[in-house]
Amino acid sequence: MTNPAERVTNPAERVTNPGYNYAYLDEQTKRMVRRALLKAVAVPGYQVPFASREMPLPYGWGTGGIQVTASVIGPDDTLKVIDQGADDTTNAVSIRQFFARVAGVRTTERTAEATLIQTRHRVPETPLREGQILVYQVPLPEPLRKLEPRETETRRMHALSEYGLMSVKLYEDVTRHGRIATSYDYPVMVEERYVMAPSPTPKFDNPKMHRSPALQLFGAGREKRIYAVPPYTRVRSLDFDDYPFEVQEFDTPCALCGSSGVYLDEIITDDQGGKMFVCSDTDFCAQRVAAAGDSQGARDPQGAGGLQ
Amino acid sequence: MNAPALVLEGLSKSFTLHERGGVELRVLDDVSLEVRPGECVVLQGPSGMGKSTLLRLAYGNYKARTGRILVRDGDELVDVASAPPRRVLALRRGTLGYVSQFLRVIPRTSTLEIVAHAARRAGFDAPRAEARARAALSHLALPERLWELPPATFSGGEQQRVNIARTFAADYPILLLDEPTASLDAANAARVLDLVRGARDRGAAILAIFHDRDAAVAVADRFFDLSAARQAV
Amino acid sequence: MTEQPILRVRGVSKSYGRRIGCADVDLDVYAGEVVAVVGESGSGKTTLLNCLGGNLEPDAGSIAYRFTGDDWQEFLTLSESRRRLLMRTELGFVRQNPRDGLRLRVTAGANVGERLMAVGARHYGRIREAAVEWLERVEIDAGRIDDFPLAFSGGMQQRLQIARNLVSGPKLVYMDEPTGGLDVSVQARLLDLLRRLADDLGLAAVIVTHDLGVARLLAERMMVMRGGRVVESGLTDQLLDDPQHPYTQLLAASVLTP
Repeated sequence: MTNPAERVTNPAERVTNPGYNYAYLDEQTKRMVRRALLKAVAVPGYQVPFASREMPLPYGWGTGGIQVTASVIGPDDTLKVIDQGADDTTNAVSIRQFFARVAGVRTTERTAEATLIQTRHRVPETPLREGQILVYQVPLPEPLRKLEPRETETRRMHALSEYGLMSVKLYEDVTRHGRIATSYDYPVMVEERYVMAPSPTPKFDNPKMHRSPALQLFGAGREKRIYAVPPYTRVRSLDFDDYPFEVQEFDTPCALCGSSGVYLDEIITDDQGGKMFVCSDTDFCAQRVAAAGDSQGARDPQGAGGLQ
Repeated sequence: MNAPALVLEGLSKSFTLHERGGVELRVLDDVSLEVRPGECVVLQGPSGMGKSTLLRLAYGNYKARTGRILVRDGDELVDVASAPPRRVLALRRGTLGYVSQFLRVIPRTSTLEIVAHAARRAGFDAPRAEARARAALSHLALPERLWELPPATFSGGEQQRVNIARTFAADYPILLLDEPTASLDAANAARVLDLVRGARDRGAAILAIFHDRDAAVAVADRFFDLSAARQAV
Repeated sequence: MTEQPILRVRGVSKSYGRRIGCADVDLDVYAGEVVAVVGESGSGKTTLLNCLGGNLEPDAGSIAYRFTGDDWQEFLTLSESRRRLLMRTELGFVRQNPRDGLRLRVTAGANVGERLMAVGARHYGRIREAAVEWLERVEIDAGRIDDFPLAFSGGMQQRLQIARNLVSGPKLVYMDEPTGGLDVSVQARLLDLLRRLADDLGLAAVIVTHDLGVARLLAERMMVMRGGRVVESGLTDQLLDDPQHPYTQLLAASVLTP
């Protein structure tokens, strides 16, 4: 697969995009977004309103995340974009190309190489490190919205840290399903102060948010909200004493790389109901396959080739 | 003789009818009267003389225009005419019993519960209150099958007996009885008079109105004639 | 007597521009008693209740509570968070329309359990036990704990709203026409229930109603309001049987069977 960044070899070329400011947004807008980001970092988990701009793609495609990325990106960054854990989906490829063109940055599919990762749905399996920034695209930033439609009221609840309603949601879950069935966008308490929607990552990734060395930024374009989890911030998934939080467990390891303890996607392989479970994080999977190939020869080259 | 339990001093009552241009109806004027523990005083006088009004004043149901209504509550004498509402309510819970001619109760509450509730409010614990309720209802010969029913559908006589049972189950030291035998047949009236005598003999101070002369004579220690009181003014 | 009230209201006033909502209202409420506030529409009774319950900010006056711990707290100068906490714990507010006081999108059990969760209950099993107990106390079949409020009749919804308020063991509950809009037979059941709960729990209640029959059956003390002002207050039966103020006389005379 071609890495678009490889085409941009001359740094001077990075800023030669006539008609657009660097990283697409004008400097005023970027300053406005950065001010919101600073406030969000200062008040972990708090939703900061910002004047979300029209972007050259529809709402729901990551307009919030892109504005955040555009506001923090610089020529020295290396960008990775994932959608459902994969680097090669339409949305991920488009956004990566977009920034390669308007910001002239290097792009990568490797988590370890990236300084800036924009994501929809997943936190990479490869542990993040200090200095990295993870930008989440968020469709619904308000965790209380489904139970309390009034914005004035939800704001007051956050302000006063009144989160009984969140437990009501979990209560309903247990009542209806016999367990807390919420499997993604699972509400978390940030630094024991604000309840936050990880939206729409699977709850499997919630523990990775807890005390992560990376800076986590959340942008909701349509809802015009930005929030953040600074490095090493406590992130606790809400639960009941008798129904504790637990992540999904998978019966089988990844069919490609053999990893267990990672988040798997179900892949339909044919029209006869054939299926397999593989890592949702394509980069992680590929690294594992490559590592296995180096040390003991590829175990399943055909399968790996299929996915690539 | 022991100190009076109920003292009416210079009691006057008039009704101002604002809807009729403020016309004033004078009903009682400067009535004074004492009832001692163990004594049953029966009010007399033609109808319209204010006998029921007097009882209602004593109970705090009507507001006196002038005068005092002193009720003995332990060591204290409380003036119903000027006491704050909550003090009057406290008297009604444990000291002042009043049998009116109407039974007013929360719908859907069982007869036994209505009677026991009064006893509990007067300070009896739940088991004793229920025992007293059962005893009173039995004494008044109210069929036991009715006890678990709300009295709303009862006959006038049955309702009246529930009303009386409620008051006697609470064992108040002062009783105000407004024609307690009015809608009862002779046998039931006799049972009520029995209760009245029993209460008096245990030391209750009783102020009563009877529509029928025989009943009055049967329990009265003394009569108080309101028409005479009025003429005396 | 040295008994102290749990609520002491002094000079509470609220205007809507030049129109008087309520003016200069005083009221004491003691533990375990039900006080009725009566008057016709526009008399200011609901405005008063909303001021007491924190739904409206009075222009003047004092609303002092004495709760657990025996210390007096001025409701109007408490922080908003403290006020809202009180409204979820030691106080309750039952609205005329149960749909305004319930969460319609969550089950009966969650409606009842919400106050417990709001103050930190984190054991599902125990929250549910409390919900079952309270549904039974308000005579709702415990088998309906997982039904949604909209599946309930109006009377049941109102009883559910009461359970939702009482689960936290409040000392004082405000009720705005709690029997309004219900059939007569359903009203009777609710009155009976309210009276019993007040008796059993030592609960104090301030009930706003235009129905003098409700006031007579539930409340030993009553306050009559007109044009935002209290025109007469005292023993409920005395006010109804021997009203002094012309307006109270008119009100008492207008009732079919008070």
